[in-house]
Amino acid sequence: MSVLVYIDTADGHVKKASLEAMTYGSKIAEQIGTSAEAVVLGPVNDDLTSLGKYGIKKIYNVANDSLNHLDAQVYTKVVAQVADAAGAKVIVFSNNTNGKAIAPRLSARLKAGFVSGAVALPETSPGFTVKKSVFSAKAFANVSVNTDIKIIALNPNAYQTIATDGTAEVISFNANVDPPKVKVTNVTKASGEVPLTEAEIVVSAGRGMKGPENWGMVEELAKTLHAATACSRPVADAHWRPHNEHVGQTGIAIAPNLYIAIGISGAIQHLAGVNRSKVIVVINKDPEAPFFKAADYGIVGDAFEVVPKFTEAIKKLKGVS
Amino acid sequence: MKILVCISKTPDTTAKIAFTDNNTKFDGNGVQWIINPYDEWYSLVRAIELKEADASVVIHLVTVGAADADPIIRKALALGGDEAIRVNADSHDSYYVASQIAEVAKQGSYDLVFTGKETIDYNGSSIGGMLAELLDLPYIALASKFELAGTKAIVTREIEGGEETCEVALPAVISCQKGMAEARIPNMRGIMAARTKPLKVVEPVSADSLTGIQSFSLPPAKAGVKLVDPENVSELVRLLHEEAKAI
Ligand SMILES: Cc1cc2nc3c(=O)[nH]c(=O)nc-3n(C[C@H](O)[C@H](O)[C@H](O)COP(=O)(O)OP(=O)(O)OC[C@H]3O[C@@H](n4cnc5c(N)ncnc54)[C@H](O)[C@@H]3O)c2cc1C
Repeated sequence: MSVLVYIDTADGHVKKASLEAMTYGSKIAEQIGTSAEAVVLGPVNDDLTSLGKYGIKKIYNVANDSLNHLDAQVYTKVVAQVADAAGAKVIVFSNNTNGKAIAPRLSARLKAGFVSGAVALPETSPGFTVKKSVFSAKAFANVSVNTDIKIIALNPNAYQTIATDGTAEVISFNANVDPPKVKVTNVTKASGEVPLTEAEIVVSAGRGMKGPENWGMVEELAKTLHAATACSRPVADAHWRPHNEHVGQTGIAIAPNLYIAIGISGAIQHLAGVNRSKVIVVINKDPEAPFFKAADYGIVGDAFEVVPKFTEAIKKLKGVS
Repeated sequence: MKILVCISKTPDTTAKIAFTDNNTKFDGNGVQWIINPYDEWYSLVRAIELKEADASVVIHLVTVGAADADPIIRKALALGGDEAIRVNADSHDSYYVASQIAEVAKQGSYDLVFTGKETIDYNGSSIGGMLAELLDLPYIALASKFELAGTKAIVTREIEGGEETCEVALPAVISCQKGMAEARIPNMRGIMAARTKPLKVVEPVSADSLTGIQSFSLPPAKAGVKLVDPENVSELVRLLHEEAKAI
């Protein structure tokens, strides 16, 4: 018996969201009196043994040329084989782009109850109930899982990573791997920038910025904070910014430590995607902007004056100029 | 080319989120119901575009729900699509719903199944993946672009901090999100035509629910905003650093 954590990688590196999933999985293992193990598919450059510090005892590594890119169908069958070998009772994914492709498939394959968007450890005595985010982060649901094997997809930034001591035993696992039916032809990445869903800090701007030519100050602030940039829907719709920056109910849902909203009114559909953020700062010239009701800190003022000053003050704090 | 588009009924994006029956049920009182935006704006509209480009494309819509889903499916038909199937079953978990759609998909032998990336109420993001597994088909989640190329499709999907473009052999299941298509509104002709398009009601096959919602809760209210003078921006930085420990 074990808890099995799916380790997600990008360019051979373990994603931050997977460190959270490992910490979370090892806590569940403690809770139900078993050990936490993990599975990683495809090429990995990071030192896997060191992932023991997140509570993982054993890591199954499946390397095979057919696993160099995600084909959810192929990956699912491999994870199912590892889950079987590990006697997994609980399987943990990050609820990120790859997790969303594999976890539901695995649920159907193993006929194992699946809860996506988990935000807290499950209640395990009695039963097995997971708290998940619903209604686009406007509410939570407690979902009971009625099957022997349970699958959970943990929301990124919902559970704090804890690193202690420990090394994991890494074994190379021989799985039957089907030839992929999905062939990846191109990958484009915003290089050097922080992926939006993994970012600790997000600087986001709306129609109040007037036009794409004014985004320099937004980017400068983001750079100073090592933050990712985001925007409201009309901004993406008007092609001021790329679609993958659109956050909200119909865009990407995020939960950074700090969300800075500049010139965004705070419509309910926008809030739906960002109100899981731990700290929200709003800069808006309209004191009646609904966003202030959802904010922790705010400045009522003109973004064109406030944002450059804000960036300067942060640089001063960080000792850069 | 036959496309199956999955349609779900969700509360309007501005609906007040409240619960009844000791916090075990969503309070539908006064709530307006809409087509799940991801199903409508992205998957359905993209399917309609494919049909506009090639008149031989056939679009079927499927929903799993009680009769109160009929206005939603009619609205979807008003946007486009040739006929609709409603599996007459009340709400269940995603495995149950996926099992019902899988049955419809098997009977119709579709080349392509589109779902939205998630519903805006339960945010499961799971029907597409489950369906693909039940049908043993390839699955691309979170697609932002979709083109047909003979017996294959060229699909772009979201990855952390970027995009990945891939070729996939059809049939396949695709979950759709922003970028796939631009939102449309139904016109009068579409609304009139929808009245006479077939809406077939079929009874569910037996399937299990693997999970169940025990209760709902609302997040705690925010303590209230602390306002900082725009002339004193460094105070905001101090608060974020010392009090919130966020920078
Ligand atoms: C079904 C549906 C789904 C939707 N999904 C989303 C979604 O996912 N994400 C999303 O963002 N929206 C979504 N919307 C749209 C949403 O309702 C709002 O229209 C949108 O969020 C508004 O964007 P905004 O705040 O950038 O623009 P506006 O509402 O125009 O607000 C601009 C703000 O900038 C302020 N401002 C102007 N000038 C300055 C200045 N010089 N300095 C400081 N502040 C200034 C103004 O006071 C105002 O508050 C959705 C709508 C619907 C109907």
